[in-house]
Amino acid sequence: MPKAFTPKVVTANDLLKGDVIYQTATGWTRRLDEAEMLTDEADADLRLIEASQQTDVVVGAYLMDVATDGGTARPTHFRETFRATGPSNYAHGKQVELH
Amino acid sequence: MYSYSEFDTAFLAERNAQFRAQVERRIAGNLTEDEFKPLRLMNGLYLQLHAYMLRVAIPYGTLNGAKMRKLAEIAERWDKGYGHFTTRQNIQYNWPELRDVPDMLDALAEVGMHAIQTSGNTIRNVTADHFAGAAADEIADPRPVAELLRQWSTDHPEFQFMPRKFKIAITGSPNDRAVTKAHDIGIRMVERDGQRGYEIIVGGGLGRTPMIGKVINDFLPEADLLPYLEAVVSVWNQIGRRDNKYKARIKITVHEHGIDEIRRLVAERFIETRKTFTGVDQHMLREIEGHFAPPAFVQADTRPYTDALQHYPAFRAWTDTNVTPHRDPDHAIVTISLKKHGATPGDASAAQMRLIAELAETYGYDEIRISHEQNVILPHVHKASLPSIYSALRVEGLATANVGLISDIIACPGMDYCALATARSIPIAQEIATAFDDLKREHEIGPLKIKISGCINACGHHHVGHIGILGLDRAGVENYQITLGGDHTETAKVGDRVGPGFSAADIVPAVERIVDTYLDLRTDENEPFIDTYKRTGMAPFKAALYPETKVAAE
Repeated sequence: MPKAFTPKVVTANDLLKGDVIYQTATGWTRRLDEAEMLTDEADADLRLIEASQQTDVVVGAYLMDVATDGGTARPTHFRETFRATGPSNYAHGKQVELH
Repeated sequence: MYSYSEFDTAFLAERNAQFRAQVERRIAGNLTEDEFKPLRLMNGLYLQLHAYMLRVAIPYGTLNGAKMRKLAEIAERWDKGYGHFTTRQNIQYNWPELRDVPDMLDALAEVGMHAIQTSGNTIRNVTADHFAGAAADEIADPRPVAELLRQWSTDHPEFQFMPRKFKIAITGSPNDRAVTKAHDIGIRMVERDGQRGYEIIVGGGLGRTPMIGKVINDFLPEADLLPYLEAVVSVWNQIGRRDNKYKARIKITVHEHGIDEIRRLVAERFIETRKTFTGVDQHMLREIEGHFAPPAFVQADTRPYTDALQHYPAFRAWTDTNVTPHRDPDHAIVTISLKKHGATPGDASAAQMRLIAELAETYGYDEIRISHEQNVILPHVHKASLPSIYSALRVEGLATANVGLISDIIACPGMDYCALATARSIPIAQEIATAFDDLKREHEIGPLKIKISGCINACGHHHVGHIGILGLDRAGVENYQITLGGDHTETAKVGDRVGPGFSAADIVPAVERIVDTYLDLRTDENEPFIDTYKRTGMAPFKAALYPETKVAAE
């Protein structure tokens, strides 16, 4: 039986800065809680294709799994948690830049 | 140290201009990422988890004050004010922006540094004994040969698209501090009947299939080095596996064909390569050796040192761990620990780099080395200067007296930075160091090398740690496997895996149980951990780590 589709967000690295970005309905954001949540598989595939075509803006776009917390996205894997928050050895990445 | 000739300077300027144009074309959309990626990798630029990462070569780990100051300036101007020294004696900047990288490379070129061949399927930065030129046990300084290898391998037309990356390490001492047996080629300078030559080891490596290198030639005459190495790399370049990335390294080629067959093929190829070397390489080597002449060691009264030893216990403790005998009895080798308890192993701030530069210039004949153990070395220091150096290091948090002890941990960047990582390694190192520091136990425990990798690629050398820790992703959760009894020296050995892994929360208590077991088992405080392990084997440690298994077996 095919695996049931779970919510996704399109993520990538910014071409110029190299940092982690997430797709919104109209562009890109550095905050996961502002990302566009994709709950439909066909829609997710389409949005990924659109993202991947923006080769002069982003690098390595892919669909990441998320869970929904009151309508906003939360990572389900620890790798995505670190990408969303920055290095855990001490605060000097996103956790500092976004506040 | 080697200073660039006009040829080197012009070559670097051309390479940097070429890369600047490539970056501009990428930003303008004229190069796709697939086209750009191999170009940026050839220039040391990776895209990691949170940002780009620029890996700068520190050939054979050798720097001077001016180079170190430039590294500090780059850290401040284009990064977040620090750099990370790696297990390959390089430095990595974790936060550069793409547009700035050409400027960073130009800044490096001002002091004769670059990022060429720090990535990609090429011959990488040649590494060497970090005590080279200073060690009491040394036959000869290996750095002139390492520099010759750098010049030979840089942009070598035959070796730019090899089956996989290729790493060479060299030592001039019988006590191997350069991990030569875990490199694609390890070179040991040896003497036989009054003649100097090289023992050539091939097919070592860590990663997913750890192998200890095998001797392919036990005494290679000095003049044959380059043609012989060219023959080795050439044979592998032809028969190495290009069909499977995981079987492409020379260790697999040696394993699949056998060392005798590889030796035969190399000997055959050597007949051809030998003819193409007319002796110009030996002429170049003699010239390079002139750049590495030892400094004129000063003579001075060592009383300030002996007085300080008597009156300052903290200074004495630091000299016990961080100072090594020098070939000149009035001098010493200082290892500056980048392993302050709780800090990130290998990180140095710009201020720390500047202090190290100043100390090298003032007290250390302007010489600095980076060790594969992620520490910084002042290789030549008169003993009378040791108290002043210690006091200065304290101000910048660089006087931690822990070299060779349990908190002097090698840790790869792991999932805090690296896109390949499957788990974090730095926080595990931080926790272990802090836990043993809190209990003030590390001096009682004595020499013990913990090495941590955050994935099977083993940048943290976990296979050859006395205690090795490998971080994995087990069903979406970080999990840490332990190996015991690894050895990175001339008696190199891959550690033995003890059993199922531990969670991030359980790994530090597990290490504590291993250490407690060792303290119970050792004959006395003069028996280091590795000797106890060799004597007792794994059983008592396994019983301490998995008591439930023991109960079940009974």
